[in-house]
Amino acid sequence: MFGTFFPRDILAELNRMQHDIQRSFDISPSIRGIGRGGYPALNVGGTAQSVEIYAFAPGVDPATLDVNLDRGVMTIAGERKSELPSADAKTSVHIDERFRGRFRRVLTLPDDADPNGVSARYRDGVLHISVKRRAEAQPRRISVQ
Amino acid sequence: MSESTNRNANNAPALMPPVDVVEDSGGITLYADLPGVPKDKLDLHVEADTLTIEGAAVLDAPDGLAANYAEIDTPRYRRVFTLSKELDPSKVAAELNHGVLKLRIPKAEHAKPRRIEVNVA
Repeated sequence: MFGTFFPRDILAELNRMQHDIQRSFDISPSIRGIGRGGYPALNVGGTAQSVEIYAFAPGVDPATLDVNLDRGVMTIAGERKSELPSADAKTSVHIDERFRGRFRRVLTLPDDADPNGVSARYRDGVLHISVKRRAEAQPRRISVQ
Repeated sequence: MSESTNRNANNAPALMPPVDVVEDSGGITLYADLPGVPKDKLDLHVEADTLTIEGAAVLDAPDGLAANYAEIDTPRYRRVFTLSKELDPSKVAAELNHGVLKLRIPKAEHAKPRRIEVNVA
């Protein structure tokens, strides 16, 4: 909202505009919508042995983070409390951009993900979930008799 | 405190972290979301009346990691603010907790509000 009236970083502004335009012109978005600009932001990558998910969720008490895996669908949910003062306090809020409230993000894991090989760590505001790929799905060399 | 369009000499692409800025009678409190930035990769500096917040995100990626999907595509954050002159940049206190930076910039003594007694003659 402030960005419209007071452009600051032109590249960041262009980036935001690009996302907005993409959102309005994407005729076949993912069934779970476009998470871009949402909270937490997600990065997903993989190696031959694992799937690595990074959820950028700063300012969350790790004990309240709820990570669920149900039939190949992973859900990351939680709540971020507001740090803004209550309205009656003698303070004024000049910029209010950070997310607050409950959040939930859902993603589908690949078929070879092993539900028993999941580990999650929260460090510096990033939740890193590592899911092992099933051993039987690993590439292997077959010896010729 | 206002935000400036001045960019740092180091013009590497960086994300603009979302912030909250709250003012009370004693000063200004700024919260910035810097997920993935450890304490030693956070760089805060005040030069004249310009406050720069810069940080590099560090992720523990295993060898051979190939990205499939990325919403955070630049591992750097930068944001610049211009401080107004009633703020005292020499007394800035910073805390970094779970990827959230909290900066407290107090007002200079002479700029703090005072109650003015009204004497009835």
